[in-house]
Amino acid sequence: MVLSRYLDERVWLLNRQGKAAIAASAQGHEAAQVACVEATDPSKDHYLIYYRQFTAMIALGTEPEEMLRGFLAKEDDPMSASRQFPLHGAHPRVDLFNFSNVIATQLPQAAGVALADKLKGSDAVTIVYFGDGASSQGDTHEAMNFAGVQKLPVIFFCENNRYAISVPQSKQMGIDSLASRAAGYGFPGIQIDGTDVAAVYEATKAAVARARAGEGPTLIEASVERLLPHTTDDDHTRYRSAEDIVQMLKRDPVKILSDLLKRRDLITESEDEVIHSEAKTRVNEATDTVDAESYASVETMFDHVTEGSGGNS
Amino acid sequence: MPEQTVIEAVRDTMRAEMRRDDSVILLGEDVGSRGGVFLASDGLVEEFGENRVIDTPLAESLICGVALGAAVNGMRPIAEIQFADFMWPAINQLIGEASKVRYGTNGVKTAPMTVRVPYGGGVRGGLYHSQSIEVLFAHTPGLSVVAPATPYDAKGLLATAIRTNDPVIVLEHKRTYRLVKGEVPAEDYTIPIGKAEIKRPGTDLTIFTYGLMLHYSLQAAEMAAANGIDVEVLDLRTLRPLDADAIAESASRTGKALIVQEDTPAVSISSEVAAIIGERCFFDLDGPITRLGPPELPPMPFSPIQEAAFMPSPEKILTAITKLAEI
Repeated sequence: MVLSRYLDERVWLLNRQGKAAIAASAQGHEAAQVACVEATDPSKDHYLIYYRQFTAMIALGTEPEEMLRGFLAKEDDPMSASRQFPLHGAHPRVDLFNFSNVIATQLPQAAGVALADKLKGSDAVTIVYFGDGASSQGDTHEAMNFAGVQKLPVIFFCENNRYAISVPQSKQMGIDSLASRAAGYGFPGIQIDGTDVAAVYEATKAAVARARAGEGPTLIEASVERLLPHTTDDDHTRYRSAEDIVQMLKRDPVKILSDLLKRRDLITESEDEVIHSEAKTRVNEATDTVDAESYASVETMFDHVTEGSGGNS
Repeated sequence: MPEQTVIEAVRDTMRAEMRRDDSVILLGEDVGSRGGVFLASDGLVEEFGENRVIDTPLAESLICGVALGAAVNGMRPIAEIQFADFMWPAINQLIGEASKVRYGTNGVKTAPMTVRVPYGGGVRGGLYHSQSIEVLFAHTPGLSVVAPATPYDAKGLLATAIRTNDPVIVLEHKRTYRLVKGEVPAEDYTIPIGKAEIKRPGTDLTIFTYGLMLHYSLQAAEMAAANGIDVEVLDLRTLRPLDADAIAESASRTGKALIVQEDTPAVSISSEVAAIIGERCFFDLDGPITRLGPPELPPMPFSPIQEAAFMPSPEKILTAITKLAEI
């Protein structure tokens, strides 16, 4: 979580320096993403992420250099060789992918991935991430409906930060809890505090067990905060009140976890400082390394359109 | 060699591919016990079970999104869209997503999926059971689009589509399903994507066409032969990628090009074929590149006489042949 936070802060700085064209931050979502991944099995499970899954990618083993290559459009970006925005494409080591910038398209795809596992007799679980804005798309309904019909091994994991860019939850849905919609699809829905790693871990663990046992999908709504604007191109002071911003900053999951661990004497102040300084050093080293690398070249842009069109496919 | 209709060839090919490869599955609306509204999957759920022949909810984006997800996880799905006219909700999952999977992941993921789409008019289908939808897909890098017009081509191209490691849109003209019969070898064969075929050789001019219009063009060519005009008919068969070499070769050889299509002409397949001929055959042409299609109206009226007025016909094609041949 700390490494993710420093790296996340760094890509915003690189944006302000004119080096990273765009960044969407996971700050505020870290606990939800880390705890969810911890409850799964990356050796066989599938992860359909969206553009804010910065921390999930790190939790799944993506190195800081690899993350930065995406943001700086370098040739060795492992996700898409810098064809796509950062965090888009497919991971070469873990089954983690994010095909597009189009909101909610990943949900029917996740149902398809889970369907294939069901047909193969695999006990792998598919976890699909989305935000509160995506919940309004027809694809979300279609995917949950089908997953309910087929009892697919899929976890619909909503990180609800209450804002779809500027549009607040009150204008996105006429209900307080997205999780309540699961009843309409015939599977359980649970709303949890997404800044609480234990709550997220427990809820995900239960959903994973349910899915592996062939009992079907679960909808998890993790309530989180979006500590920064939507992206580096946004300014949330245009639509969030000063009071709203003050209140949401109190729900910083990195600080919440750090305070909890210290309160329970699971970590000392000096150990916490070491974690922070090591993360900062790691990010600095990675930045120096990647900043010196080349952009993805013009020669490689013709590769991998269809089979036989170049590259190694 | 046994004679079959187009729909029988489609059904037998799906059955054969599902027998040879367990990863081939079929999903769509009414594809199960109903056997598909055109009976393309008649008998398949009985043989392969509900796990591999999946009746989906009525949701086209879902059908194509699920097919895509299953494809990137080891399956070779065939998604059936009931009518091309109902396909628009799935555009996002096909043009937006599936076409870019290989490119957008730098080859880490691939989407070996087939989307079968009954399309086209002349069946009293009105505005929403008659549409030709090929242009949007044919415009999209990363997709292949085939439009077989005969039972032989339907088998060969569908088999190829299912075995291809990228998304393929298979356009099946509804009117050809039972109207067109032809010999289909029982043994396994495939037809490569991107290869046109001369269905009728000739020397005076070439008709470039596909789908139902292939058959109308062949009829028109026979009528023209009675008038002493020797017409070549080239079946495009694949609409993306177009077989530019075959198009240019035929146009250069006969010197006259007539492009016939059922889709409205503006910014269409005929536009692209005309561009290829213009770019590659300029000095070989003996007449203007000519296009015959319906008027620029929403396809197509329900009234039988309006529908007939809208559709190209063998007689209209013969008129265009005669005019071009006289130049």
